[in-house]
Amino acid sequence: MAYLTINNLHKRFDDHVVVHDFNMSIEQGEFVTFLGPSGCGKTTVLRMIAGFETPTSGQIRVGGDDITHQSPQKRGIGMVFQSYALFPNMNVTQNIGFGLKMRKCDSAEIARKVAEVIKLVELSGKEGHYPHELSGGQRQRVALARALVVEPRILLLDEPLSALDARIRKNLREQIRDIQRRLGLTTIFVTHDQEEALTMSDRIFVMNQGKVEQEGRAEMVYTQPATEFVARFMGNYNLLGAADTNRLLGLDIQGHMAIRPESIHVLDAHSQQADTLAGTIRQHQLLGSIIRYQIESAGVTLQVDRLNRSASDLMPVGTQVRLQISRDDMREVR
Amino acid sequence: MKSTSRMGAWVAMAIGTLYFLLPLIATFEFSLKMNRDGYSFEAYKVVLSDPGFQATFGYSTLMAVLTILVGILLVVPTAYWVQLKLPRLRPLVEFITLLPLVIPAIVIVFGYLKLYNSSSWLPLTGNERATDFLLMCSYVTLALPYLYRSIDAGLRAIDVRTLTEAAESLGASWPSILLQVIFPNVKSAILSGAFLTFAVVIGEFTMASLLGRPAFGPYLQLIGANRAYEPSALAIIAFMVTWASMGLIQVFARNARPARKTA
Repeated sequence: MAYLTINNLHKRFDDHVVVHDFNMSIEQGEFVTFLGPSGCGKTTVLRMIAGFETPTSGQIRVGGDDITHQSPQKRGIGMVFQSYALFPNMNVTQNIGFGLKMRKCDSAEIARKVAEVIKLVELSGKEGHYPHELSGGQRQRVALARALVVEPRILLLDEPLSALDARIRKNLREQIRDIQRRLGLTTIFVTHDQEEALTMSDRIFVMNQGKVEQEGRAEMVYTQPATEFVARFMGNYNLLGAADTNRLLGLDIQGHMAIRPESIHVLDAHSQQADTLAGTIRQHQLLGSIIRYQIESAGVTLQVDRLNRSASDLMPVGTQVRLQISRDDMREVR
Repeated sequence: MKSTSRMGAWVAMAIGTLYFLLPLIATFEFSLKMNRDGYSFEAYKVVLSDPGFQATFGYSTLMAVLTILVGILLVVPTAYWVQLKLPRLRPLVEFITLLPLVIPAIVIVFGYLKLYNSSSWLPLTGNERATDFLLMCSYVTLALPYLYRSIDAGLRAIDVRTLTEAAESLGASWPSILLQVIFPNVKSAILSGAFLTFAVVIGEFTMASLLGRPAFGPYLQLIGANRAYEPSALAIIAFMVTWASMGLIQVFARNARPARKTA
């Protein structure tokens, strides 16, 4: 039986519908991400699960209990906020131990559990520090430790990494996922960063304007976008309109043709292979391990990504090439 | 360009300082002249050994402390609740807290006398302790503008909503949240509101006089009407006390705030 189920969740503020008929069920131990742009409703759903917003209608069940109208204190949920929300008047130990203190655990047990979780998030040595004395990454780890130490049924993370710089974000991403796996904690992660969603999740819910556009495993959502919105949001899909598709590929479609930039093969201009298109390189950008080309073919500009294997791989602007796109890598979306 | 604006700043500073200091210096100089032959602290000796001074100053200090305590207990939960749950009521609450600045103290006193006089349904003015209670309540009203503004500003600086949600998610009840998360983080705002309240209460005249209570304000007025050198000495003493309180509060605020500790 699913651990967390949400049925027909609906949220309206005045006459503005923010969440529209949201349904979800996740298993215990799953890591699920709500992915979408600002204003898509992902944080609102998370806050309704936490108990900070009351749904206009719908039901939320955890482990069989209906928690839809329960107060946040009683839900057994751990939450990590985007702004960390550490208590400025308490040091690291006191912040982390706060939840246990609220449960009236005795001080020896609190000390033991806090020490354990400080080790888990690798903050040993910082026990007496105050939040303003810590870096952003350290503060976020305190926030995580504080949520974990109370052994919650579900861990909720509301864009916890968006205020951090790229390198710290990467490290923390791995750390969070690692801890989650070790503890087998059912987790819901909210983000607008698709790279984060892809690297961390078991399943992704892509949301737009209060609705779920697509739900599925990371590879599926990335390689088989169900709608035009998902194709635009995930990665750097080439989205060709009906006219362009007809002109370039000779196909008749109703919606858009989505083609991933890394699935377009670039061949030498004199290649004799069948089913190739003539193209000219108009621009390129070096993104580190990837070189991104804008290649024009039949009046259509395509984004093509290639691995940056060596300096000699970089093709200059103006080079004539031939492009090969497999039919399996073309996907019609509406 | 830069040096002229800095010159201007210094000139403004000098003029302002003189504006405040000159009357003080004049008062101080006058207060030292009680003895015909030369400067002495005779006026101060007279004032400080006057039992009336000690009694009224003690009374007003006690009233100030009670006012501060009651005021804080009233304002902190109110400001917190308004910010958290009822942001639309904020303009109304602010308006109410500013009323004491507009409505003269005498109006409150007459209202009291009408409601609580000895022949009414709740004859509080017939009893000394009860009248003290009435006086304290009117002081709390007087202090509202300062307390509310100060605490409201302090609350806005600490993202009350997210801290409350974090505490709730960890199982904290409302009293725990107020006591362990909110109060400690608005300590310096509370202290500055408390200082202003102290200053307001110590010198207050109208209400204490009309309710016939032995407060410092009426005592100051009495001495001022009948003596020459002692009022100047009293004024200087009052300033000293006020500055000392301000200094003490700064000291406490510095020690209370962990932000000042170096890592």
